[in-house]
Amino acid sequence: MAARQRVAESLNAALATALADDPRLYLLGEDILDPYGGAFKVTRGLSTRFPRQVLGTPISEAGIVGLAGGLALAGDRAIVEIMFGDFATLAFDQVVNFAAKSVTMYGRRVPMPVVLRCPTGGNRGYGPTHSQSLQKHFVGVPSLAVYELTPYHDTTDLLRGILAAGEPAVLFEDKVLYTDWMRRDGAADDLFRYDVVGDWPGVARVRLDDAPPECIVVAPGGVADRALAAMRRLLLESEIVTELHVPARLYPVDLSPVLDGAGRAGRVLVVEDSTAGGTWGAEVAHTLHTELWGRLRRPVRLLHAADSVVPAAPHLERAVLPQDGSIAGAVEEMCHG
Amino acid sequence: MTEPTDADLRRLLLIRHFETALLDLFAAGRLAGTTHTCLGQEPVAVALADLLDERDFEFSNHRGHGHYLARFDDPAGLLAEIMGRAGGVCAGVGGSQHLLRGRFLSTGVQGESVPVAAGTALHLARTEPGKLACAHIGDGTWGAGAVYEALNLAVLWRLPLVVAVEHNGIAQSTPTAAQLAGTIAGRAAAFGAAYLHVADDDVAAMRDLVAGPLARVRDGAGPLVVEFATRRLGPHSKGDDARPPQQLAALREHDWYPRHARLCGERFARLDAEQRDRVAEVVAEVSARPPATPPAPSPAALSPSDNPAESPWQLVNA
Repeated sequence: MAARQRVAESLNAALATALADDPRLYLLGEDILDPYGGAFKVTRGLSTRFPRQVLGTPISEAGIVGLAGGLALAGDRAIVEIMFGDFATLAFDQVVNFAAKSVTMYGRRVPMPVVLRCPTGGNRGYGPTHSQSLQKHFVGVPSLAVYELTPYHDTTDLLRGILAAGEPAVLFEDKVLYTDWMRRDGAADDLFRYDVVGDWPGVARVRLDDAPPECIVVAPGGVADRALAAMRRLLLESEIVTELHVPARLYPVDLSPVLDGAGRAGRVLVVEDSTAGGTWGAEVAHTLHTELWGRLRRPVRLLHAADSVVPAAPHLERAVLPQDGSIAGAVEEMCHG
Repeated sequence: MTEPTDADLRRLLLIRHFETALLDLFAAGRLAGTTHTCLGQEPVAVALADLLDERDFEFSNHRGHGHYLARFDDPAGLLAEIMGRAGGVCAGVGGSQHLLRGRFLSTGVQGESVPVAAGTALHLARTEPGKLACAHIGDGTWGAGAVYEALNLAVLWRLPLVVAVEHNGIAQSTPTAAQLAGTIAGRAAAFGAAYLHVADDDVAAMRDLVAGPLARVRDGAGPLVVEFATRRLGPHSKGDDARPPQQLAALREHDWYPRHARLCGERFARLDAEQRDRVAEVVAEVSARPPATPPAPSPAALSPSDNPAESPWQLVNA
C-alpha cells in the first residue's frame, strides 16, 4: 500500500508523471530549479530528473506565460508556476488576450495547452500581496478553465485531464493545503466519508454515511479543510448534519452532482476565500437558484473574505478570511435562524 | 539604386493597392470596425518575406496586411476576412488584426507577440534547428514591458528570434520623440542582442543587409533586433491622421511608389495597372460573397487531444 502523501508531494508526483509521459511538456517558472525546488518546494527534484523540460526563468510573469503560449502554438505543452498567485495579474494579458482568445479567435479551434499553477490564499501570514485569492478574476473567460487542487481528487489524474483538454487553464493551489494529507480510501477523517461523483474531474462529496444533511456546503479545495472542521463542530456541538461538496473544476461550473443533495437539503452555503463581488461563489449560487428554484428553503448563502486586503498579522488575517468558526456560524444561522 | 524585380514590384504594388482599396471601402461605408494600413511600409514586408522560410514562425501585429500578403499572396482571403465574407482566412472571427495561417499569426495587443514568438523560437531551437521566429513590431511597441521580458529570455537562452522593428516615427498619434527615450539600438545593446539598422527601403538592398545577420540567428547566435527606418503615409486607422499636411507631403515625396515609377518607367506603369486591376477584381468578387459563417464548435472538435504532435499549422495544412 502506498505511503500517505501530502498534497504538495502528490502534486510533485503528478508533475513528474506528466513530464515523463510527454517529452514535449515544459515546466517553466521562477526559482523552480534544484536544489531550491520552488518557493513551496513543489518542483523539487524535477529539474534534476527532467533537465531539458524544466526551465528556470527570470522574474517575468508576462514573458514566461507568453513563452508558454508560443510553445503551445508550436505543438508543445507548458505548465507555468506563478510563484504566488497574486502575480498572475502580471500575466493577465497573455492568459486572457492571447492564450484563451487564441483557442477560437482564428475561426477554428487552436489547441492551447497552457496551465498556470497559482499557489494561492492566506492563513500563512504573507501579507496583502502574497495571500490573495484571485479565482474570480479568471472566471467567465471564454476558453479558459479554472481549477483548484483538493485533497480528495487524484492530482495526477487532474493534471493529466487539464493538459489533455487542450485549452488554457489556471490551477489554484491553496498554500495551506500543500502540507495537508491527500485523502484516500473514502475517509475524509474519522467521522466523515467521501466519494467523487459526476463527470471528470468530478465533485467530492464529504458526508456521514446514514444521516441526511440539513445543509450543503460548497467550497473549493482550499477551503475544504476549514469546512470539514466546521462540519465536525456542527455535528458534535450542535447536532447539525452537513455535507461538503468540493468541485475540482471551478469554471466552467458543473453542479450536476450537487443538485440532488442540495435540492433535498434545501439549504446551501457557498464558501470562498475571495472578497465579495463577481465571484465564483456567486456563479454557483446563480446556478443553484436557477436549477433549484422552488426547492430551496432559503436563498443560497455566500460566505466570503471580508471586503479587505489580507493583512499580515496572523490575528488580523484570521479575522478577514473565512474560518471554521465563521463557516459553522453561518450554517447554524441558516438552520436555526 | 537597382530596379526591383517584377516579383518584388508586384508584391509592393499589390499591398499598396490593397490598402488603398480598404481606405476607399471605409470611405464608402462598406467596411466595419477599424483597419490599420501599412501604406509606405510595404518594402519591409516584401524584403523580409523572401528571407523567411515557410517553417519559420512569423508574428504580425495590428498593421499586418502587408506581412500577410507578402507571405501568402492571398488578397481575396484577407479581404474576405476583413469584410466578414465567406472564405476569409479566419472565418470572419479574427478580422484585420487576428490572422492565423500556417505559421503566420497576427494579434492586436502591442508587445504581446514577442514572448509568444520566443516560445516558438524555443520550440524551433529544440526541434527544427535553422528555423526562426520573427516578430514584427513598431517603434511604439518598445513602450510595452513584454518586449523586454522576451528579449531578456531570448538572449539568455540564445533563441532564434528576430524582432523586426518598423520605425515609422509615429505611434498612433504620438511622435517617437515623445514616447521613446534613448534609442532602440541602445536598448538592444543593453541586453547584448545583435542589432541592425536598415535605413534603405530598396527591397534588394534591404535583403542584402539583413541576410547575413538573419543567417547568424539561424546558426544559433541568438536573437537579432533589426530596425527598419520607414514611413507611415496613411492614418493610424481609417482617417484619423492629425499630422500637418506638409509633413505628410514630405513623407510622400520619399515614398517608394513615385521613386519606383520614375526608375522603372513603362514596366512600373504596366505592373501598377495590373495590380490595381487585380485588387479591383478581388474587391468586386469578395463583395459579392455571402457573409462568413464560422463553423460551430462541434463536441468532437472540443474533445481533449492526446496527440502531442497536433499543432495548428498541421491542422491548417491538413
